Amino acid sequence: MNGYVTMIIFVVAYLVLAPFVGGLLAGIDRKITARMQGRVGPPILQPFYDVGKLFEKEPITVNKVQDFYVLCFFIFILATGAFFFAGLNLLLVIFTLTIASVFLIVGAFSSNSPYAQVGAERELLQMMAYEPMVLLTAIGFYIFSGSFDVSAIVNLSGMPFFYLIGIFVGFVFILTIKFRKSPFDLSMSHHAHQELVKGLVTEYSGKTLGLIEIAHWYENIFLLGFVFLFFCNGTWWGYLIGVVVCLAAYFLEVLIDNSFARMKWQVAINSAWIVALCLGIGNLFILKFLLMV
Amino acid sequence: MAYVTKSPWVIHYDGSSCNGCDIEVLACLTPMYDVERFGIINTGNPKHADVFLVTGSVNEQNKEVVKQIYEQMPEPKAVVAIGICACNGGIFKECYNVQGGVDTVIPVDCYVPGCAARPEAIIDGVVAGLGVLAAKREAMAKGGSIPAPEAPAEEGKEEA
Ligand code: SF4
Repeated sequence: MNGYVTMIIFVVAYLVLAPFVGGLLAGIDRKITARMQGRVGPPILQPFYDVGKLFEKEPITVNKVQDFYVLCFFIFILATGAFFFAGLNLLLVIFTLTIASVFLIVGAFSSNSPYAQVGAERELLQMMAYEPMVLLTAIGFYIFSGSFDVSAIVNLSGMPFFYLIGIFVGFVFILTIKFRKSPFDLSMSHHAHQELVKGLVTEYSGKTLGLIEIAHWYENIFLLGFVFLFFCNGTWWGYLIGVVVCLAAYFLEVLIDNSFARMKWQVAINSAWIVALCLGIGNLFILKFLLMV
Repeated sequence: MAYVTKSPWVIHYDGSSCNGCDIEVLACLTPMYDVERFGIINTGNPKHADVFLVTGSVNEQNKEVVKQIYEQMPEPKAVVAIGICACNGGIFKECYNVQGGVDTVIPVDCYVPGCAARPEAIIDGVVAGLGVLAAKREAMAKGGSIPAPEAPAEEGKEEA
């Protein structure tokens, strides 16, 4: 009974707080980016102003189904995070995340705009690039803890990080793709790259675009939750290290974003798969070996 | 509160400009002027834009393009004509293919004269455009539709 209460508290806290924390992180990101480029940069609350503005705009859609797909994307992203923070099965979480991305891609395809379609194709390639590493991360947690359940992993006595260092580095690598940062911001990006206009979200405007932005904040917090999971060992200092490493990982992604130009999709797939093979599978073998002796 | 004044995203279209004004528009984005301080982002996508910056005069080739970009922008939106060419045709006014300023095809809210318009003047023009955005947003919030702008004269703007 007690378990259910904490579960509900965590889910509600995630659903309420994640957009605020995510938006704040996005604002800090833009400020740091500006400072790295020698600019003053927008106010920290700028992402909230942007979304507020988008919700004030006149609704224009290419076709009716598009809005439906975006709504599904939004709901499934929320479900992904909710499942994760409820402590449910990691595989369920990953597959829900995949379904969410599929809705966004189908929505972009349905618009028939060449920019959105190229963006959608690139998003598919990106999914192919990061998916193996995400699955290996879940498998790594399973081999280490004997369970796919997040609630079981959180309360382990040992810190998963020490056994899963390779997988951790690999996961941070694919975070660049998931956060839509250069060099892997192929399908859409936060900056004004003119090559593909806005890629995936070219045809979305107003409220729909605002929803995608909020979903992105939810998704970022959920992904940082994954990073946090590596440092859980059932004690408060483990949680503290987890939060600090989450912030450090976020800063690292901002730094990478500002130091690279956009690369071709071939580089994204090749590098992500090589990382998954070497660091991910290599780590799994070593872990299995360590647990046997 | 109108958030639109805090995050005006712009789209920049080059009519038949000599490129002087375009370079000044892009100069606004550099660290020297850094318009992102005001939440201004250059989107390059009419569907995401709130403010339409046009440089250069309108000619027979591009008047449809200008119209189409304007129509694709969701309300509330504002148009800023940058440079004397965009205001009334400028030195290209007498050319056989030039129709005149931007206001011969779409309603213009702010005029930024100058050849080339300085970045400070352009930022000033966009800030003046924010007032138009806020007024339009207020009209929308009250439930009424936005007052339709007067149809621009077909033959070109009369001399003031
Ligand atoms: S106003 Fe001057 S600088 Fe600007 S486009 Fe016209 S001729 Fe060029």
